[in-house]
Amino acid sequence: MQKPFRIWLVSLLCLAPLTSFASDMAERIKPCEACHGNQGRAGPDGYYPRLAGKPASYLYNQMQNFSQSRRHYTMMRRMMAPLSPQYQREMADYFANLQVPYLPPAIKSTPPSPAHMARGKQLALQGDRALKISACNACHGDNLMGNTANVPSLLGMPSAYLGAQLSAWSLGERTTVAPDCMGDIAKRLTAEDAAAVTHWLAAQEVPTQNSANPPKRITTDVRCGSAPELHGALQ
Amino acid sequence: MKPCSLIGRRLATLTVFVGLTLGAWVTWDNWGRFALTPVTASPSTAPHPTPHTLAHGEYLAHIGGCIACHTAKGGEPLAGGRRFDTPFGAVFSSNLTSSKTLGLGEWNANDFQNALHWGRSRDGRLLLPVFPYNHTSVFTSQDVQSLFAWLQTVQPVEHAQPAHRLTWPLGTQPVIAMWRSLFFTPTPFQSNDNQSAEWNRGAYLVQSAGHCAACHGQRNALGSFPEVDDLSGGFLSSQMWIAPSLVDATQTTIANSKLDDTANLLRTGQSPSANASGPMAEFVQHSGQYLTSADALAIATYLKSKLKISAFGAASPATGLASSSPSAQALYKTHCASCHGERGEGKAHAYPALAGNPAVVLTQPENLIQMALYGGYGPSTTQRPRPYGMPPYLFTLNNQQIAEVLNHIRSQWGNQATAVSPMQVDHVRAAIYEK
Repeated sequence: MQKPFRIWLVSLLCLAPLTSFASDMAERIKPCEACHGNQGRAGPDGYYPRLAGKPASYLYNQMQNFSQSRRHYTMMRRMMAPLSPQYQREMADYFANLQVPYLPPAIKSTPPSPAHMARGKQLALQGDRALKISACNACHGDNLMGNTANVPSLLGMPSAYLGAQLSAWSLGERTTVAPDCMGDIAKRLTAEDAAAVTHWLAAQEVPTQNSANPPKRITTDVRCGSAPELHGALQ
Repeated sequence: MKPCSLIGRRLATLTVFVGLTLGAWVTWDNWGRFALTPVTASPSTAPHPTPHTLAHGEYLAHIGGCIACHTAKGGEPLAGGRRFDTPFGAVFSSNLTSSKTLGLGEWNANDFQNALHWGRSRDGRLLLPVFPYNHTSVFTSQDVQSLFAWLQTVQPVEHAQPAHRLTWPLGTQPVIAMWRSLFFTPTPFQSNDNQSAEWNRGAYLVQSAGHCAACHGQRNALGSFPEVDDLSGGFLSSQMWIAPSLVDATQTTIANSKLDDTANLLRTGQSPSANASGPMAEFVQHSGQYLTSADALAIATYLKSKLKISAFGAASPATGLASSSPSAQALYKTHCASCHGERGEGKAHAYPALAGNPAVVLTQPENLIQMALYGGYGPSTTQRPRPYGMPPYLFTLNNQQIAEVLNHIRSQWGNQATAVSPMQVDHVRAAIYEK
């Protein structure tokens, strides 16, 4: 056998175990797709949230929150507990870079009343001063798509999931680094208000993301332990 | 006087006498003897430990699981508060940092040796046997002192140990005393001069820091301590995981693996023929990956020597064997074959083979059901930082379908094992993972 060919063959054989999967990370995140849908585009059952295109730091923080019992969901806890922070970070980066189209908002068979939706819109865009509830867009961005690395988008999410999260925040089942601003707000929402705002959010079309147009920084008097960048420069 | 009331009175006297005698013995056994012969640490303890001693202490804290168990999820290392659900209630680990009020800051080497060798706290309180002091009693005094020296360097964290949630009178001192008199005797390490130094090192690690018997040994209904070298298999009833027998050659891959491969399984969570899952993956993540290769090899050497190979092979019941069906075959093709292969051959370095895999054909199918329901990743370790994982089927397949597909893999490619029932799948579904 000629030497160059032998070297070529040996290097090919060495690479074989590495190249036998279509893409390394695509293979490694297969377990996630069982619930979060193909390429993390959201679950087929209308509950499990989308991962694709979310800010990497946000996804990473959530993985850490599950591993460290600040968020509680047995399946996620079992999935995340054995993984190192470095590997979780790598997975977060992978999903953050996936650009896959959003599904249109689900149409409810019995549409909520216009008054209910109007209240939801009011809470989302103006808040309620009397109840000390700041508007969603004060922190989650003017287009509600999340305006910093630690603040998630609220659109493109099923109302059942949003409702479950608000309920978890209000009961202290979902917490974050103090001061826990989301927990404080959720505790002030009545069940009716929580339903109104989640129904309204879930009915909105997801705007086309434009990376050339940076999200607006909104001055807020709310201090959040999970998102220190809200009080300083954008990240 | 009637004769029967006389007998009754004598019986009562006898009962009181026996009760008092037993009470006196339990009191002597747990407290009295310490008053007469206080335990003192070896005088060789240097007031200023060397860097080598400290490094060795830290090594022991890792491989012994001290850090794993005395750290709450999301909490400061060694500040305690991790919850353990036992069949008798919930127990929380203690603070081992150098906090003077809530940790070991005021302890001296004697106090610490008393705790590890006798399961007694600094104030004489008997410790709950969730702390495996049968195993820590195996430690040499030198190891105990290294561990203590390192723990004293851990920055204080002012975190109080939460109150245990045990059903009264469990957890009270008299009950712990009685339990200890029944099930606890310190067992300092006995070396075997007929065996190599490596074998003895392995035996020492398995019986002390490794505390393998805590899961792989048998406990009775009172939660007795297994013998420190009992590796005949156990059941983690709260979590519903089987710790297979490490002496029965059919239950693990130890018999057919090279020593290097068994050592790698302990350090990386994977060998060519086995993957660590569930509580074993947790061991690898928090303790096993820190083992030096020499220590991991020593453990592998000791474990291989403990194997008992039955001349008749595994007892296989003639009835109740798993069998496949066309629908099971279809389920396997849809959900399993792309990773585990058409013939259960697996994919090297990623997905384990199912054919000839001892974990697949264990008579008790709980671990296999756990994997099918929850899937999950192996542990990220220094040498294998990016493990592959398995999707969960908890939501996709019902109990009947899971039982069917497991019966398929338990009856194909030379595998032969007992049948799994949908009821067994349901029992595992109902188990609480961790609060």
